[in-house]
Amino acid sequence: MAAFTIAAGTGNWFSALALGVTLLKCLLIPTYHSTDFEVHRNWLAITHSLPISQWYYEATSEWTLDYPPFFAWFEYILSHVAKYFDQEMLNVRNLNYSSSRTLLFQRFSVIFMDVLFVYAVHECCKCIDGKKVGKELTEKPKFILSVLLMWNFGLLIVDHIHFQYNGFLFGLMLLSIARLFQKRHMEGAFFFAVLLHFKHIYLYVAPAYGVYLLRSYCFTANKPDGSVRWNSFSFVRVISLGLVVFLVSALSLGPFLALNQLPQVFSRLFPFKRGLCHAYWAPNFWALYNALDKVLSVIGLKLKFLDPNNIPKASMTSGLVQQFQHTVLPSVTPLTTLICTLIAILVRTQQMILLPQPPEYQGIQPSIFCLWFKPQGPRGFLRCLTLCALSSFMFGWHVHEKAILLAILPMSLLSVQKAGDASIFLILTTTGHYSLFPLLFTAPELPIKILLMLLFTIYSISSLKTLFRKEKPLFNWMETFYLLGLGPLEVCCEFVFPFTSWKVKYPFLPLLLTSVYCAVGITYAWFKLYVSVLIDPPVGKTKKQ
Amino acid sequence: MEKWYLMTIVVLIGLTVRWTVSLNSYSGAGKPPMFGDYEAQRHWQEITFNLPVKQWYFNSSDNNLQYWGLDYPPLTAYHSLLCAYVAKFINPDWIALHTSRGYESQAHKLFMRTTVLIADLLIYIPAVVLYCCSLKDISTKKKIANVLCILLYPGLILIDYGHFQYNSVSLGFALWGVLGVSCDWDLLGSLAFCLAINYKQMELYHSLPFFCFLLGKCFKKGLKGKGFVLLVKLACTVVASFVLCWLPFFTEREQTLQVLRRLFPVDRGLFEDKVANIWCSFNVFLKIRDILPRHIQLIMSFCFTFLSLLPACIRLTLQPSSKGFRLTLVSCALSFFLFSFQVHEKSILLVSLPVCLVLSEIPFMSTWFLLVSTFSLLPLLLKDELLMPSVVTTMAFFIACVTSFSIFEKTSEEELQLKSFSISVRKYLPCFTFLSRMIQYLFLISVITMVLLTLMTVTLDPPQKLPDLFSVLVCFVSCLNFLFFLVYFNIIIMWDSKSGRNQKKIS
Repeated sequence: MAAFTIAAGTGNWFSALALGVTLLKCLLIPTYHSTDFEVHRNWLAITHSLPISQWYYEATSEWTLDYPPFFAWFEYILSHVAKYFDQEMLNVRNLNYSSSRTLLFQRFSVIFMDVLFVYAVHECCKCIDGKKVGKELTEKPKFILSVLLMWNFGLLIVDHIHFQYNGFLFGLMLLSIARLFQKRHMEGAFFFAVLLHFKHIYLYVAPAYGVYLLRSYCFTANKPDGSVRWNSFSFVRVISLGLVVFLVSALSLGPFLALNQLPQVFSRLFPFKRGLCHAYWAPNFWALYNALDKVLSVIGLKLKFLDPNNIPKASMTSGLVQQFQHTVLPSVTPLTTLICTLIAILVRTQQMILLPQPPEYQGIQPSIFCLWFKPQGPRGFLRCLTLCALSSFMFGWHVHEKAILLAILPMSLLSVQKAGDASIFLILTTTGHYSLFPLLFTAPELPIKILLMLLFTIYSISSLKTLFRKEKPLFNWMETFYLLGLGPLEVCCEFVFPFTSWKVKYPFLPLLLTSVYCAVGITYAWFKLYVSVLIDPPVGKTKKQ
Repeated sequence: MEKWYLMTIVVLIGLTVRWTVSLNSYSGAGKPPMFGDYEAQRHWQEITFNLPVKQWYFNSSDNNLQYWGLDYPPLTAYHSLLCAYVAKFINPDWIALHTSRGYESQAHKLFMRTTVLIADLLIYIPAVVLYCCSLKDISTKKKIANVLCILLYPGLILIDYGHFQYNSVSLGFALWGVLGVSCDWDLLGSLAFCLAINYKQMELYHSLPFFCFLLGKCFKKGLKGKGFVLLVKLACTVVASFVLCWLPFFTEREQTLQVLRRLFPVDRGLFEDKVANIWCSFNVFLKIRDILPRHIQLIMSFCFTFLSLLPACIRLTLQPSSKGFRLTLVSCALSFFLFSFQVHEKSILLVSLPVCLVLSEIPFMSTWFLLVSTFSLLPLLLKDELLMPSVVTTMAFFIACVTSFSIFEKTSEEELQLKSFSISVRKYLPCFTFLSRMIQYLFLISVITMVLLTLMTVTLDPPQKLPDLFSVLVCFVSCLNFLFFLVYFNIIIMWDSKSGRNQKKIS
C-alpha cells in the first residue's frame, strides 16, 4: 500500500491499490475453504442441469438453493463458463466435488466479480468531498477510503478464504449509495432493488432506503424549518420509483409466480426453524444475554437457588445445539427479536420521516429543534443505513457473524469525513473483524488471518489518526484498553487454551469468550452511533464553522 | 520515524505474501525416492540430531551421503540441529533416524514453513528495513517504498517459501555485512559476512568485493598507521569467527578436509541441470562437458571468472566507496554466476540481493534485472508446481516497482547512470545519442520475449525430439540478458561519475 502511495500525482494509485489487492486474492486461492464452497458448487449444478421449476425444490444436497432468484440466475450464467473448466462440477449428484479446476474456477469467479466492487469503490470515492485535502496522497480521504473498502479484512477473508460472493453484492450496495449521493435516485433505487433479489439479507437496510427515497425524492420541497411540506408530494416520482421496484421484482419473482412456486421460494428464503443464535454466537445483544443467563445459572447453582436437575442439559454444551435454552432469563422468540429490531430501527427512521431533506437546505436550522429535527442529506441517510444494519445485527434472529460487514462497509464512508464517526468506525471494525476469526480455524490460515488483521487494523487506526490529528484523540483510555485487550484474548484463545486441560472439558470456551468480548465492543459502538445520531450537531452547523 | 506505521504495514504485506506462497507445493512433494530440497533439509535435521558431530559429513551406514548428504557449511548444520530440537518436541517421528525418510504431512509442512518464516523474520527482514532506513538522500516515503519492493522480490520468496530453502538466512547475514561495512562498523560487518559464508559457501561470490572494499579502506587510512590496525582487527575477526564456526571440525585434519570436500564437490561437473550461465548456454552448440577434461574445465571457468571480475575489484580497492561497493557486489556475483564452476540456478539470488540494494538508485535497470532473474528460475518453479504464485508475485513486484519508482520515467542517460560513459564515447563517436532509447527498446524486447516464452512453456507441449526445448530457451534468453547486465554494471562501475570527480579533486 505504502509504495503505491508514492505514485502521487500520476493518479494511478487507485489502479495500483485495486491490482494489488486482486493479486493478494489470487495468492489466497490455495487456502482453506468452508462448506460454502460446496454450497455454491451445488447451486451451479442445480441451475445448470435442472429446469427452473426444479430450482427451489431440488434437495439432493443438504445445501439447497436459499438465495433469491437473481442469485440463481447468476449461478446459471456462471455455470455456462464453468463447463469449460470442469463438466463434473455441474453434476447435482457429485457431492463435495472439488477438483483443482473447480477450485480455480470458483475462486476466480469471486475475484472476477469483484470488478464491480472496485468500480463501486471508485464511484464512492468521487462522492467524498475533498475539503481536507492534505499535501500527501496517503492523507487524502479518498485514498484512505479506497484502502478501507478494497483491502477490507472481513471481505477478504469471508470471500476469498471462507468463500462467498459478498464482494459484488456489496459493490451493488455501494454503487446504489453512490448514486444516491450523486442525486441519481432512480438508479440508486434500481441497484438496491436488484441487490435485494440477489441476497435478501440486505432487507435489513431496506427501511433506510425506503424512508430516504420517500422523504428526499418523493417530497420535492421543504418548509423553511426543514420539515415536510406535505403538498410538495410528487406522484410521478413515487410511481416511477414503484415501477422500478415492481419491474425488478417481477423479473425476479415473476417466473416463479407463473409456476405457482412463490410459497416454496419464500419458505426457502426465510427458514425460521433455526435458533436464536448461530452455532458460534454472533457478537450481538443476544450473545450478552446468553452469557448473562449462563453466569446467573452458574451463580444460582453455586448458591443453591436453582435445582441442578431442572437445568436442561443442552445449555451446558452451548454451541453444540441450534436451540439454546435459557435457564434463568426468559427464552427469546423470533417475535421478540423482530420487535426489538423494529424498535431500534424505528426511533431512527421516524426521525428520518420528519426530517430528511436535500443538502441544499442544510445549514439554516436556528432552533434547538435542530438537535432532534435536524437536516439530513445523503450523509444522514448513510448513518441511518449503518444504524439499521447494526441494529438488525444486534437484535436479529439467527444472525451470522458475517453480517457485521453490512454495517462496517457503509460506515467506512462515514469514517473518513468526521472524527466522531471515525472513532466509532474503528471500534466497530476492529471488534467486528476480530469476531470473524473463528471462521478460519485451520492452522495454515492462522498466520494469514493475524497478519491481514494487523495490516488492516494498523492501517485504519493510524491513517484515520493522521487524518484527524488536529481534532481530539480518537479513543479515550477505556476504548484503547479494550482494543488492546483483543491481543491477549487472541493469544489466550489460540495459543494458550489448546495446551490447557480445559480444552477437553470446555471446548467452546474460546468461542464464548471471543463472542462475549466482541459483543461488548459492538454494543458499545452501536450505542455510541445511536447517541451520536440523536445528539450530533447538524452537518450545516459544522459547515458554517 | 514519523511514518512507522507505513513501515509496519509494508513489512506485514511482505510477511503475508510470504506465508500465502508457502501454502503452495514444495520441491519433491510426493516424489519418492529422492524427493527434493524440502526432504534434504528435513534429512539434515535427522542426521544432525541423531549422529555425533564427527559423523555429520562422513559416509556411514547411518549417513548415506548419496541421499542428500550434508554439503553446506557448519552453520547450516547447527541451524538444522536447532530446528531438530523443536521438531523433536513437537513430533519425534519427524526426525527419527532412518524411519523418517520421505516423511510428509500437513503438520510437518507447517512446521518447516514456520522455521523459514522465523529465520526470515529474525535475520533478513530486519536487515532490509535497517538498510533502507540507512540510505541517505531519499525521502522517508521512498525508503518505505524501497523496503516494499525488496521484500516483494519474487525470486527469494518463491525459492524459500515455495521450493524450500533457507536463502534468507545467508542473504540476510550478507546484508547485515553490507550494512555494517557501509556504516563503518567494519568489524561487525565482517563478522556478519563470515556467518553468511559459514551458512552457505555460495556466499563466496560476494567475498571479493568485501575483501577489496575493506582492503581499500585500510589503504585509504594509510597502511602504516590506522589502516594497519584496522587490517589486523579485521583479520582477527574473520579468523576468530571462522574458528568458532568450525571448532568441532578442527579437532582432526581429516574432519576439516572432509567438510571442505563436501562443500566444494569438484567432481560434480561444470554445471547441473539447466542454468542460465555461459557454460550451459554454450552447451547448446558445443558439448564442452564431454569434450574437455574436467581439470581444463575448472581452469577455464576460473580464468573467465577471474578476468571478468578483475576490473571492478581493482577499481573498488583503489577507490573504496559505498556505492561502488554495492555495484561491485553485483558485477562480481554476476561474473561468478555466469562463468564459475558448478553453478545452480538458485545462485542467481546471490546476484539479486545486491541488485535490490541499488534499486533506489537505478530503479529501471534493477527492476528489469530482478524480473529476468525470476524468469530464469521458471523451469525450476514449474517443476515445483509454483506457476500461479510465481506469476502473481512477479506481477505484484512489477506493480510495486512501477508505482513506487515510476521506472518508466527514469530512463534518461542521467538516471541510468550512463551519462559519463556516453560522453566519453561521444568523443570518438559523435552520433552516439541513441543509448537511452536503445535500452528502452531492449527492455521491451526482453519483457515480450519473457512473457511469450512463459506462455509457450505453460501451454505448449515441447516436440518429442527436444523435451527440454523450452527450459533451454529460457536459460539461453536469461543468459543473454545477464551478459548484457554484466556489461552494463561494469560500465557504470568504471565510469562512476562521483568517484571520478573525487579523483579529480584528489589530483
